[in-house]
Amino acid sequence: MYRQASWNEPVIFSLGKAGRRGHSVPNAEPQIKETVGTADALLPKQMRRTDKIGLPELSEVEVNRHFLRLSEMNYGVDSGFYPLGSCTMKYNPKINEALASLPSLSMAHPYQDESTVQGILEFLFRLERWLSEITGTYEVCLQPAAGAHGELLGTLLMHACLKSNGECEKRTEVIVPDSAHGTNPASAAMAGFNVIVLPSGSDGCMDVEALKSAVSERTAGLMLTNPNTLGLFEKDIDEIAKIVHEAGGLLYYDGANLNPLLGKARPGDMGFDIVHINIHKTFSTPHGGGGPGAGPVGVTKDLAKFLPVPRVVFDGKKYTLDYERPHSIGKMKGFYGNTAVLLRAYAYILSMGYEGLKEAAEISVLNANYLMNKLRQIKGLTLPYDTEKPRKHECVLSAKRLKDETGVSALNIAKRLLDYGFHAPTIYFPLIVDEALMIEPTETFEKEEMDRFIETMRKIGEEAYTNPDVVLKAPSNTAVSRLDEVKASHPKTMTLSWRMHLAKQ
Amino acid sequence: MMHEIGISQVDELYRDIPEKYLLKKKLDLPEKGLSEFEVKKHVERLLSLNTTNSHMPMFLGAGCWPHHVPAVVEDIVRRSEFLTAYTPYQPEISQGMLQALFEYQSMICELTSMTVANCSMYDWASALGEAARMAARVKGRNEILVPKIIHPERASTVKVYTDPAGITVRQVNYETETGQLDLKDLKSKMSDRTAAVYIENPSYLGFVETQVEEISKVTHANNALLIAGVDPTSLGILRPPGEYGADIVIGEAQPLGNAMNYGGPLLGIMACRDDMTLIRQMPGRIIGLTTTLDKAEQGFCMTMQTREQHIRRERATSNICTNEALCAVASTVYMALLGPEGFRELGETVILKANYAMRLLSKITKVKAPIFKAAHFKEFTVNFDQAGLTVRDVNEKLMERGIQGGKDLSREFPELGQTALYCVTEVHSQEEIQKLAAALGAIVGGR
Repeated sequence: MYRQASWNEPVIFSLGKAGRRGHSVPNAEPQIKETVGTADALLPKQMRRTDKIGLPELSEVEVNRHFLRLSEMNYGVDSGFYPLGSCTMKYNPKINEALASLPSLSMAHPYQDESTVQGILEFLFRLERWLSEITGTYEVCLQPAAGAHGELLGTLLMHACLKSNGECEKRTEVIVPDSAHGTNPASAAMAGFNVIVLPSGSDGCMDVEALKSAVSERTAGLMLTNPNTLGLFEKDIDEIAKIVHEAGGLLYYDGANLNPLLGKARPGDMGFDIVHINIHKTFSTPHGGGGPGAGPVGVTKDLAKFLPVPRVVFDGKKYTLDYERPHSIGKMKGFYGNTAVLLRAYAYILSMGYEGLKEAAEISVLNANYLMNKLRQIKGLTLPYDTEKPRKHECVLSAKRLKDETGVSALNIAKRLLDYGFHAPTIYFPLIVDEALMIEPTETFEKEEMDRFIETMRKIGEEAYTNPDVVLKAPSNTAVSRLDEVKASHPKTMTLSWRMHLAKQ
Repeated sequence: MMHEIGISQVDELYRDIPEKYLLKKKLDLPEKGLSEFEVKKHVERLLSLNTTNSHMPMFLGAGCWPHHVPAVVEDIVRRSEFLTAYTPYQPEISQGMLQALFEYQSMICELTSMTVANCSMYDWASALGEAARMAARVKGRNEILVPKIIHPERASTVKVYTDPAGITVRQVNYETETGQLDLKDLKSKMSDRTAAVYIENPSYLGFVETQVEEISKVTHANNALLIAGVDPTSLGILRPPGEYGADIVIGEAQPLGNAMNYGGPLLGIMACRDDMTLIRQMPGRIIGLTTTLDKAEQGFCMTMQTREQHIRRERATSNICTNEALCAVASTVYMALLGPEGFRELGETVILKANYAMRLLSKITKVKAPIFKAAHFKEFTVNFDQAGLTVRDVNEKLMERGIQGGKDLSREFPELGQTALYCVTEVHSQEEIQKLAAALGAIVGGR
C-alpha cells in the first residue's frame, strides 16, 4: 500500500522567529551611499512604507526544509502513473530541464539587441516551422502562455477576420459541442461571441444534422476537439468542415488531444483554420503543478496577417523580430511567449524526430485501447457510446452502474486510487457521461505499470461490492483525508490568505 | 498487448480516420531522434550564440528585470513532485502544491496590503487585461482610464483583452515636468461610464507617482475602482497600494525568484480587497485553507471554483486555468528567504544604486537623466537630444564597448525625443555603473 508523507507542516507564517534571515541581499557600495545618501531621503515622505511587512522571518535551513516537506506531500508524473484524461501527463525528459536552465537562456533579457540573441531567435523560428509542419498550418505564433490563452487568441483571430470582412456585427455565434472542454465556451465568450452548445450524437460524435441546422449567417465558427473528449475520432470531419466553411464560418481545433495524431494526421489537412497546441501536454514539458505551459497557435495563410506581434523572421543571414504587421491584433501578453518552456519542446522534438513522434502517438493509442479493453470488463464499469470503435489517446468509462449498485461513485474510485499510489483519472468530464472516468495513459508508462493500475481498479470494484465503506472513506494514505471543499468556498468560512485567517480567529 | 485487443498492427486503431487524412508522406522534421548527448551539444551550441547578462553588463528592465535568484529557490522548483505535477485537482494528494500556493497568495497580500490574491496570472500585461474586465463586470460600466505613460506592450494587451467586451480604454495625460498623472485631465475624463482608474507605482518610466491619495479620492468619489500596478521589489520601501485605497492590485512577480528567460515565463500578480463583489468576479484559481471532513486536520484546496471555466463555461469570469504555478512557488520561496528585512534591504540597495547611476549619467554634458523631476526607484529615463545622438547610435556604440544600453523609447514615446529607459538593480556593481557612465561620456563626447 502507498503511504504519502504527512508532515502536518504548519503554514509558513507560524514558523521562524523575529530577526531571522534566510538570504542576504548585496548592499550598495559605501561610495554609492556617500554619494546619494539614504534610501528614505530619495522617496517623498507620503510614499514611504512605514510598517514592517508581515512576512515570516526564517533561516535558509528552515525555508528549505519547509518547502522540501511540502514537495513530499505532492504527486507528480515522476511519482507514478498519472492517467489524468485530456492532460497528457507523459514523462518529462530530464535533459530538457538541464538545457532550459542554461544561463545563456535564463539570463537573456527580451529587449537585448537582436544580434546578441541569435541562438534563441533561431530555435524559436525553427520551432514555429516544426509546429506548422506537425499541425499542417501555414504559420504558428508562440506567444500564448497556456492552452486557454491560445484559445483566446484563436477566437480573437476569428473576430479580427470578421472585422476585416465587415461581418463583425452579423456573425456573432460560435458553436461548441456539449462534450467540449470548458475553456472552449469560456474563450469564445471572452472574445465577445455568443456560445451555441450542440448536443453530441448517439455515437458520441458530432451530430451532423444538428450542425446543419445550427449554422447560419450568424455563425462565426465551430470549436472542435478531434479526437474528441471521449477519445473518438470525429468521423464526419470532412462534412463538418464543409458545413462550417459553406456557412462562412471558421473551424477551430482544440489541441488538447493532439498527441495521438503526431505524424499520423494533421488538423490543417482536415480543414481546420486555427489550431492551438498545448506544449505542456503533447510536447512533454512539465506542468509545474499548474503552469507555466505554452499554447502556440497555428493558422491558415489568410489568417496569418492577424497574428500577434512580433514575428521572428529570417533573411537568410540573421534572425530579427518584426513588429511591422499592420493587420496584427496586437499583444496577448508581454514579450514573445514562455521561451523557457518552448526550449524544452524544441529539445523534445530533436530527441524524438519525426519517427519518434509518430511512434509516441501510436503507443499512446495502443495503451489507451489496451486499458479500455481491460477496464470495461470490470463489474460496475461500462463503456458509453460506440463500444466497437477504437479510442485514440484516451477512453472514458462510466461508473454509473457501480454507483447504482454499491453507492460508490466516480469520485470515490478516484480517491481510493490515491490510496493505492496512483493519480486519479479526470472525473465527471466530459459532462455527457454519467459518473465519468476519463483515462489517458500516454505512451510513456510501461505495460507493467498499466497492469498494476488495471489490477487496482479491479480490486476497488470488488471493494465496492464487498466492503464499500473502505472506498467511501478514501483516501486514508495521502497527506490528509477528504477535505471539506464546501467550507473552503462558503463566504462565512472562506479563508483565502493568512491575513484572512488571522482576522477570522 | 495487440493480441489482447485483437489487432495485428497499430494502424488498425486508426481505421476510423478517413483514409485521405492519414499521412502518406514523412513530415519535414528531423527524421530520426538525436541521442541525449547530441541534443545537449546541439542546444548548447545554439544558445552559445547568445551574449547575456553573465557576459556583459545590461541596463534593461521594462517589465522583465535582472535580479539574483537564490540557490534555494532553484533547488526547490526542481523537486520533481512539484515540477511534474498537474493542477491540484485531487487535493488530498497535492497538499504540497496547494499549501505553497496558499502561502504565495498570503505573502502577496502582505507585500501589497491587500486581503485576497489569486495564485497567478500569466504576466503583468494580461493581468491588466483581466483586471480591466473584472472592474467592468463589478461596476457594470465600460470605460477604463489608464495613464499615457504605460508600457506599450501592456497598453496593447489591455486593448486586445477589453475590445471584445465592449470596454473602451482611455489614456490620461501626464505633467510634462514631472511625469505625474495630470489630475485635471483625469477629472475631465471621469464619468459615470468609468469602471476603473489604473495607475502604476513605480511607473513604466521608473518614477514614483505621488498623488495617490488624490487619485484614489477622485476615483472612489466617482464610484469607480482603483487598480494599481506594482513592481513588488519596490514594496520593501514604497508605500503599498492597499494603504492608498487600491481595490485591485496587479503587477509582475518575475523579479521575485524567477530568471528572465528572454521574457517568459513571467508571473502576473492579482490581488483585491476583502469584498465579495470583487472576489466573485476575480479571474483565476484561488486556493483556500480548510479542514478535513472529520475536522481533525487543516488542509488546502481550490476554492470558489464556480467562477471558473470548467464549471461556469461561457459564463466564467475568465478562461484561464493553466497559469504560472511553479513560478509562484519560486516567488514564495524567495519571499520567505528575504522576509521583511530582506525586502527593505532589497528596496534600499536598488534605489541607491539606480539613483547613483542616474547622478553619474546626469553629470555627462548634453545628457539628461532623468527627464522627469520625480523620485525614481530602479528605472529612469536618459535623453540624448542635446548630444544630437539617437538612442540607436548610442546603443550601437555601447555594444562595441561590451555594454547593453537601455531600452529605446523613441518610437513608443516620440514626444520624449531620443530617450532610453535604463534599469539598475542589486546585480549591477558600482564598477559596472561607472563603466557605463565612462562609456556614455566618451560616446557623447565623440570619442
